Amino acid sequence: MRKENGMTATQPTAGPGAEASEQPGVAGSPKGGRKAGGDTRETLYFALRNPKVLIGAVVVVAFLLLGLIGPAFLKYAPMDYAGPPMAPPSADFPFGTTTFGQDVFAQFVAGLRSTFLVGLLGGGVAAVIGMTIGFVAGYRGGLIDELLNMLTNVVLVIPGFVVLIIINAYLGVRSVPMQALYIGIFSWPWVARAVRSQTLSLRSRDFIDLARLSGVGVGTILRREVAPNMYSYLFMTFVLLFGGSILTAASLDFIGLGPTNAMSLGLMMNQAVQWSALHLGLWWWFIPPGLGITLIVGSLYIMNVGLDEVFNPKLREM
Amino acid sequence: MALAVNDLKVWYRTLRGDVKALDGVTFEVADGEIMGIAGESGCGKTTLGKALIRLDTRMKHVGGTVVLDDDELPLADDAAMRRYRYREVSLIPQYAMSAMNPTRKIGRMIRDLLAAHNVRYAEVLPELERRLKLVGLETDVLKRYPIELSGGMKQRVVLVLSTLLNPSLLIGDEVTSALDVSSQKAVARALVEFRDHGFVKSMIVITHDISVLFQVADTILVMYAGHLAEKAPAKTIINAPLHPYTKMLIGALPKVGDRYEEQQLEGIEGRPPSLLEPPAGCRFRDRCPLVHDKCAEAPPFREVAEGHHVACWAVS
Amino acid sequence: MRGYLARKTLVYGLTFVVAVTLNWLIPRLMPGDPVQRMVARAAVQHPETIASMTDYYERTFGLDLPIWQQYLNYWAALFRGDLGTSVWLFPAPVSEVVLAAVPYTLGIMIPAILLSFVVGNSVGAMAARSRWLDNVALPVGYLITAMPYMWLAILLAWGFGVALGWFPVAGGYDFGLVPQWTWSFALDLLQHWVLPFLSLFLVALGGWAIGMRNLIIYELESDYSNYLAALGAPKRLIRQYAFRNAMLPQITGLALQLGTILGGALVTEIVFAYPGLGKLVLSAIQNQDFFLLQGTLLFVVIGVLVANFVIDIVYVLVDPRTRTGLTGATA
Repeated sequence: MRKENGMTATQPTAGPGAEASEQPGVAGSPKGGRKAGGDTRETLYFALRNPKVLIGAVVVVAFLLLGLIGPAFLKYAPMDYAGPPMAPPSADFPFGTTTFGQDVFAQFVAGLRSTFLVGLLGGGVAAVIGMTIGFVAGYRGGLIDELLNMLTNVVLVIPGFVVLIIINAYLGVRSVPMQALYIGIFSWPWVARAVRSQTLSLRSRDFIDLARLSGVGVGTILRREVAPNMYSYLFMTFVLLFGGSILTAASLDFIGLGPTNAMSLGLMMNQAVQWSALHLGLWWWFIPPGLGITLIVGSLYIMNVGLDEVFNPKLREM
Repeated sequence: MALAVNDLKVWYRTLRGDVKALDGVTFEVADGEIMGIAGESGCGKTTLGKALIRLDTRMKHVGGTVVLDDDELPLADDAAMRRYRYREVSLIPQYAMSAMNPTRKIGRMIRDLLAAHNVRYAEVLPELERRLKLVGLETDVLKRYPIELSGGMKQRVVLVLSTLLNPSLLIGDEVTSALDVSSQKAVARALVEFRDHGFVKSMIVITHDISVLFQVADTILVMYAGHLAEKAPAKTIINAPLHPYTKMLIGALPKVGDRYEEQQLEGIEGRPPSLLEPPAGCRFRDRCPLVHDKCAEAPPFREVAEGHHVACWAVS
Repeated sequence: MRGYLARKTLVYGLTFVVAVTLNWLIPRLMPGDPVQRMVARAAVQHPETIASMTDYYERTFGLDLPIWQQYLNYWAALFRGDLGTSVWLFPAPVSEVVLAAVPYTLGIMIPAILLSFVVGNSVGAMAARSRWLDNVALPVGYLITAMPYMWLAILLAWGFGVALGWFPVAGGYDFGLVPQWTWSFALDLLQHWVLPFLSLFLVALGGWAIGMRNLIIYELESDYSNYLAALGAPKRLIRQYAFRNAMLPQITGLALQLGTILGGALVTEIVFAYPGLGKLVLSAIQNQDFFLLQGTLLFVVIGVLVANFVIDIVYVLVDPRTRTGLTGATA
């Protein structure tokens, strides 16, 4: 019976657009069970030979490096009125300048940093909350499961983006980490559900019973027996949360509810639209930030498909 | 002669090379015979079962022939095999519990499947209902969804469904392993009954659980590491096995219902050889107490008595 | 089945209470005296109404009352349909302002959702069938899904609006026209509708296509598919079953994605200055009109909950497993 509803409960679809509630493009079908540990080298072997994983990783790492070491080579700060206004891309200003003569490239590089920070923190917070609730609910069962399940369902149906707008508008979110924290708080439910159903299916396997009979503590069982079976799944989940947080943050920044003390890619688009970059034809102002986000998030998604093929041998032949 | 398999080789393609899961097997199944296949997991018994009806995407037919009722089966040609599936060769899969579409009523699914074979549901319905009753099911299971049935019920529905067109050969893979003991007995009885009624001409029953074979099989085929070890009438295999591996298999069988593969075979050191690069000669020789020089050469699978085949140099 | 519906109703009821409570609570977590802050911010625009506004807000917030009474009053007002009075459009009631904007948002959202769902699922099903299409559709689908809604909107506005001049890029209708029931006005309305709709449609499309493709591949790997194939069923029948079963999680996904698509609609409207709820949210934020903001968002939340509930009921009709009470869908 568990098998049959594993599909529905895991939500394997990668639904549309998916700011706050992207779902993994994997069916966490318990049937695709993986061997516990021992084949890390094999996994790596396949990962390094999977073009989807490779291309995705290269793009993401390239942008990450640009964000990390880029600022060291910049002549201007993001908000400096550095050059002539509305200048198209040139040697001095590779991405041109804004209507005020700010260096778009400098803004882009600074924006990349916020983007990765939001992805990492927001995805991290959501992953921790979702996995904890999912593990506990699936492992403990009973009343605790009922309550956590109810909580998950409530947060799942509330449109998180709307609540984020309210929070940011009233409480004023000043920093990127705060923004990431709030995003994380509203994007964990699908993770909890997926992890819960995975835990349920793993819990019923023999090795867990064996561990339990031998009198080992719950934490140890989770860490030693359940988690290793789910590492691949959890990793892919984090990848999707990372991308989802970035998209949500970009939307908030675009409405003007982003952090006030940092540059971000969403904020760049906000300013470009606000200062009529469209009508003035300043394409170099609004194309890079959106393209950056699209490439980073898109690469993550494609990487995820590749990882699915790596972790799930059934798909390798496809 | 219902089924004649001659030097059949079916390998799995993997990135590390071909796994020679089925490496030249030759045997026959007579009309009306229920043949059991036994062996540790990975010995090739499931591969053999699959090969006879449908190769999965990783399997390739490397050599040998399968002749069913004087017709050679086009194993490697998936489209050409379609003509034989269900009408000539049918299957009760390992996963019978989840073999039926969860979102279709059982009757509707059978109707769809029959339509695909140009058989009218209405014409078959009386027989279908008769057989359901025969295995102890109400006919209203046809109006239900699989999820509404218990495991034993699903197993019996699959048995009826799989044999509805009276196939010449039925392959049952782990037919009873997911069931409790009483359901196991009922299903085993039903298998024999179906053969006796002539719903299926002959059967191949693959299982981990040798005690099931005692109940249903006329003959038992023992496999080891992609090769055949021994084939004989069930009584002979139990009472007077010749191959050292069969002896251990029988000796290692503690009691009814236990699965021998979950524990180390008694007194047998080591594991079966890798089938990626299997060693030449007898594949059991690393674990065999009777090993001698001759075993470096593969022993032929020869008939030592009426209906009793063995592949071992130590047997004369 | 009754158990399933009872459970659903409980979850949605609870969610509604939580959402309304959050909406009531968060403003009260704002540092300082909210009335003073609001009036101070609004004062610039309507100096003449300060007195009446201060009076009004004090009354509405009822900050002198015990906290539980404030909370109950909030619920009472909500059930009367009273969402307060807009500061920005003083003295228009928020509910009126919101209701005037709703048709625009629904006008782009509903067609975009339905069309993207139908087209996306078809494309996904086709991609699962053909390696060639899969190799094209998959990366394109993922890139489209990864696009921020507003960026695609910006690109469309720039390309088809500014550069090519095919479509207008701002407003719900031409500023020179007066809304009326004429063909020319309808045509103008339609022209303004095209780009926001297209933008929303495209981003959602990629997600459905990918979801369907992945689900079908898993369904085709499933036991019942293998069994059917072993029994000689033609590929057509197997695919038909797989598609049908893959639709179920997609329908659940539709419910779960509503909030996200709605967020997309909000930012898309902002790019095109389309006079729907998104524009309202932006104006409310820019004008510090918290009543309008809260009212709009509360309306949105209720809309999403109702739509979710409807989808869940539809789900009961298509998935037999919920009818037999053995499993649940969204909740």
